[in-house]
Amino acid sequence: MSSIGTGYDLSASQFSPDGRVFQVEYAHKAVENSGTVIGLRGKDGVVFAVEKLVTSKLYEPGANKRVFNIDTHVGMAVSGLISDARQIVETARSEAANYRAQYGTNIPLKYLNDRVSMYMHAYTLYSAVRPFGCSVIMGSYEADGPVMYMIDPSGVSYGYYGCAIGKAKQAAKTEIEKLKLADLSCKELVKEAARIIYMVHDELKDKQFELELSWVGQLSEGRHERVPPTVFAEAEKAARAAMEDESDSDTDEM
Amino acid sequence: MSVDISQNGMFSRADYGISNFQPDWLNAEHSTGTSIMAVEFEGGVIVGADSRTTTGAYIANRVSDKLTRVTDYIYCCRSGSAADTQAIAEIVNYHLAFHRVELGEEPLVETAANVFRELCYNYRDTLTAGIIIGGWDKRKGGQVYCIPIGGMLVRQPVAIGGSGSTYVYGYVDANYKTKMTKDEAVKFVTNTLALAMARDGSSGGVIKLGVITEGGVENFTVLGDEIPKFYEG
Repeated sequence: MSSIGTGYDLSASQFSPDGRVFQVEYAHKAVENSGTVIGLRGKDGVVFAVEKLVTSKLYEPGANKRVFNIDTHVGMAVSGLISDARQIVETARSEAANYRAQYGTNIPLKYLNDRVSMYMHAYTLYSAVRPFGCSVIMGSYEADGPVMYMIDPSGVSYGYYGCAIGKAKQAAKTEIEKLKLADLSCKELVKEAARIIYMVHDELKDKQFELELSWVGQLSEGRHERVPPTVFAEAEKAARAAMEDESDSDTDEM
Repeated sequence: MSVDISQNGMFSRADYGISNFQPDWLNAEHSTGTSIMAVEFEGGVIVGADSRTTTGAYIANRVSDKLTRVTDYIYCCRSGSAADTQAIAEIVNYHLAFHRVELGEEPLVETAANVFRELCYNYRDTLTAGIIIGGWDKRKGGQVYCIPIGGMLVRQPVAIGGSGSTYVYGYVDANYKTKMTKDEAVKFVTNTLALAMARDGSSGGVIKLGVITEGGVENFTVLGDEIPKFYEG
């Protein structure tokens, strides 16, 4: 208890002497250990891509999905502890449903984001609870165009053109920054997203992963849905090809 | 010891049979026995109403305002019980003001109509309220929604309501046109309400009009001697 920072990490309701809340920082670590999730907001919609790490060959394919429908027009992709994330999904779904019941229209994402952020933030305030060990990205296609938000375990959120969370978020962000997001359509973004996920995947540390792709935009008539199988296959094929090209050029240089 | 005067030689009201001599307007509920209307036009919406509030056959107010603001861009036309509809409009006003702050922008007319519907439907057994909502928003422009007595909600390009409306359905059907200009729409509403007020004993007074567009609301009053006259046989 003598040095700064020890003894202040057991409760989310106490600051350390230099003004940090360790439980929240540990929650961030939980997200950084998870598979990479990216969200891209283009000119006509939002695309989500998830690197879902598969820790055993004995699991059924398609289990423990990380992309969720919140309402017809809202999608959510999550990184971090999946069980924590599911609670966020449930909260977001009931917020969206309540809004629809009360006001008869789609919930605006800005409003939903405020509510979900507040919910996550509340779990950083009390000693009896721990923060959520997950970050979520929400996207929707509204009358004024596509919108996307990301919320971290502290309950802070921002609107984004492109964002990445999870293990390889740095590498993914570097790739996303190279894209002209405002000019790209969902069709193009799906390919870019798949390519980025394949590129940032670390084969040595995590052997297997499943790719998840979803979109919400003009193409899907404003509905959030997993991309159709043909689009998925095409994007995955292109991503694999891009990986091989890259490894070829690597050898060329040597 | 205190003395109870009714047991001490005084007659109670029932002994006099006072209730038999009371005119109906003493105890009857105030109602907006009414002619109200709203119509969409190119660029906005017109809301209109007569100005008569009755208590039975008695005119409790001849210059009442049945066009009630719920936001800067959304108004409602009230018919039925004056007390019920005032209370509903006040509650909706509160909800939408709060919603506007949370949202950071003007509430949609559809949203306002749904808040009205929620109240009118949930309390349909106790309320007497027929409400027409007219407003403008950036998503769908001028819109008219109608909530008749059971709490149903429908969007209509034109709506009439209140006791006076029954006399003018034919006129509205025959004369409504889509994409009217503002002046055409104002004339259409004024004429319709004038006809309704002439035939309906519970409607009358002056005509109140509200023109709601992107620029907000403009209010007009058509005074008694300016109200168009038609055949009165």
